[in-house]
Amino acid sequence: MADTAHLIEEDDRKFTLNFGPQHPAAHGVLRMIMDLDGEVVTRIDSHIGLLHRGTEKLLEYKTYLQGLPYFDRLDYCSPMNQEHAWCLAIEKLIGIEVPRRASLIRVMFSEIGRIMSHILNVTTQAMDVGALTPITWGFEEREKLCVFYERASGSRMHAAYFRPGGVHQDLPPKLIDDIAAWAEQFPEKMARIEDLITENRIFKQRNVDIGVVDQRTIMDWGFTGVMVRGTGLAWDLRRSQPYECYSELDFRIPVGKHGDNYDRYVCRMEEMKESTKIIQQCIALMAKEGPGPVLLAGSKLSPPRRADMKNSMEALIHHFKLYTEGFHVPAGECYAAIEAPKGEFGVYLVADGTNRPYRAKIRAPGFPHLQAMDHLSKGHMLADVSAILGSLDIVFGEVDR
Amino acid sequence: MNIENLVDLAAHIESRMPDAVRSTQIVVGELTILAERDHIVALLRFLRDDQQCNFETFIDLCGVDYPERTERFEVVYHLLSMRMNNRIRVRIRADEETPVASCVPVWPAANWFEREAFDMYGIQFSDHPDLRRILTDYGFEGFPLRKDFPLTGNYEVRYDDLEKRVIYEPVKLVQEYRNFDFLSPWEGMTSEIPGDEKAGRGV
Repeated sequence: MADTAHLIEEDDRKFTLNFGPQHPAAHGVLRMIMDLDGEVVTRIDSHIGLLHRGTEKLLEYKTYLQGLPYFDRLDYCSPMNQEHAWCLAIEKLIGIEVPRRASLIRVMFSEIGRIMSHILNVTTQAMDVGALTPITWGFEEREKLCVFYERASGSRMHAAYFRPGGVHQDLPPKLIDDIAAWAEQFPEKMARIEDLITENRIFKQRNVDIGVVDQRTIMDWGFTGVMVRGTGLAWDLRRSQPYECYSELDFRIPVGKHGDNYDRYVCRMEEMKESTKIIQQCIALMAKEGPGPVLLAGSKLSPPRRADMKNSMEALIHHFKLYTEGFHVPAGECYAAIEAPKGEFGVYLVADGTNRPYRAKIRAPGFPHLQAMDHLSKGHMLADVSAILGSLDIVFGEVDR
Repeated sequence: MNIENLVDLAAHIESRMPDAVRSTQIVVGELTILAERDHIVALLRFLRDDQQCNFETFIDLCGVDYPERTERFEVVYHLLSMRMNNRIRVRIRADEETPVASCVPVWPAANWFEREAFDMYGIQFSDHPDLRRILTDYGFEGFPLRKDFPLTGNYEVRYDDLEKRVIYEPVKLVQEYRNFDFLSPWEGMTSEIPGDEKAGRGV
């Protein structure tokens, strides 16, 4: 080929650099082949799939209930939010509504998940640009949230707590009190972390005007979530296409102005404050409305009560059939999306009327965000790549699936 | 978006793009367009640019496999309009040989999604700038999400202590993968149980 002749000439400013797959700033297993001109990035070729576990294939071979725990393992920073999308898709196809108390519990734990994810992202991004303290302070709070997960579901991370038709078990009253007490003290802890980062000169130098996203980029590259809100568009599925009881809760949608890394950081910090408010409102509503069922009672989706199983043959059969055969979902297709901490997390479910999904496509927000790395990093310095990657909020569990 | 608006929108799209639209349907409050494969890019561009549609955000693209059909694949596009607060789904049929026109010129975001559909199903996309595998291993063979691809895969990887490197070898299962058929009231196992061969012999 004639036009490659100039490449043969030695140009000592042009480098090709391999980044990853094992690099702490890659936030997982990402390999990037970067073409550099001196210290300026000219092209990034991301190699993903190093954490590909074939979740979608596995889902086709599992019943709907058995498939649920796989969703915890997608975005493992906020496991219950993913389960939520799966449950919503199934509920949409079957055409059921979850009990009121289950809805409140789901929203509360979705917001706890959002805070867990944002704490992780904000503090690790600070670490990527050189600040070591925020992550230790942030994880102290995050650990408390993990304990709430454990007390609700029995597991710190992979909860499998949301179920089609509601949630697995009701919360113990003491847990609700403890979450309320936690929400009381959290804003103060946030303020301390903010003191460390928000006005920090180095953090600003590394993030202001880096990775700028404009509205054209959002549309072209399929951005959702904080990536959109950072530019000033108030797009939030909790507000614009409300699910569960979000429409009756009072919360603001923080938006940025410039669409750079720094604005996204500020958005995430503000969102955590809003999430804390939502948690408090859920607790207040639960206290006001009193106890109630948390799983659709008397339906094929929920197991019978243990006491019934001792006396009723039908209850025993139902229990056995539910956990072996599982429930059937009517044939059809649907797409259910939630506002996950990282953007729009959607499940496209094709059901064929049996007890297993025919096809389940997981639309992970990180996938299109990471895809735009080449577009966002072009013309930036090499050191900015890790700052941009940090602010995209990438988790490879969901990107690779 | 309520159902009446969706009906209006479906009629609008059908009247403006009669060649591209095969039929429309609204199920569980979601609008689906069954489209012609040859007109897909024109249709998607129309859906993005038309003032009543405004589906500017590319949400998702995926394949679905129906091995019993002559055109075995479906390619499903999901689009979102933030301006109109609306969603739409476009479905086309595809087969193993004939390529589907790539929609990367309409949305750069489609790039990786089409690579994924190619990687998982072997669906070809014409005019795609860089149609490589994306999620599977380097040097992977086969298309894992096809219904005829085994769940266990064909090759497994382990570290060999003698060769001091990671080696690939065909999957060896101590026990066959057991696929329980809970739908049938009598036959729990779909694979043959030892002794089954005597059943048909008429002892």
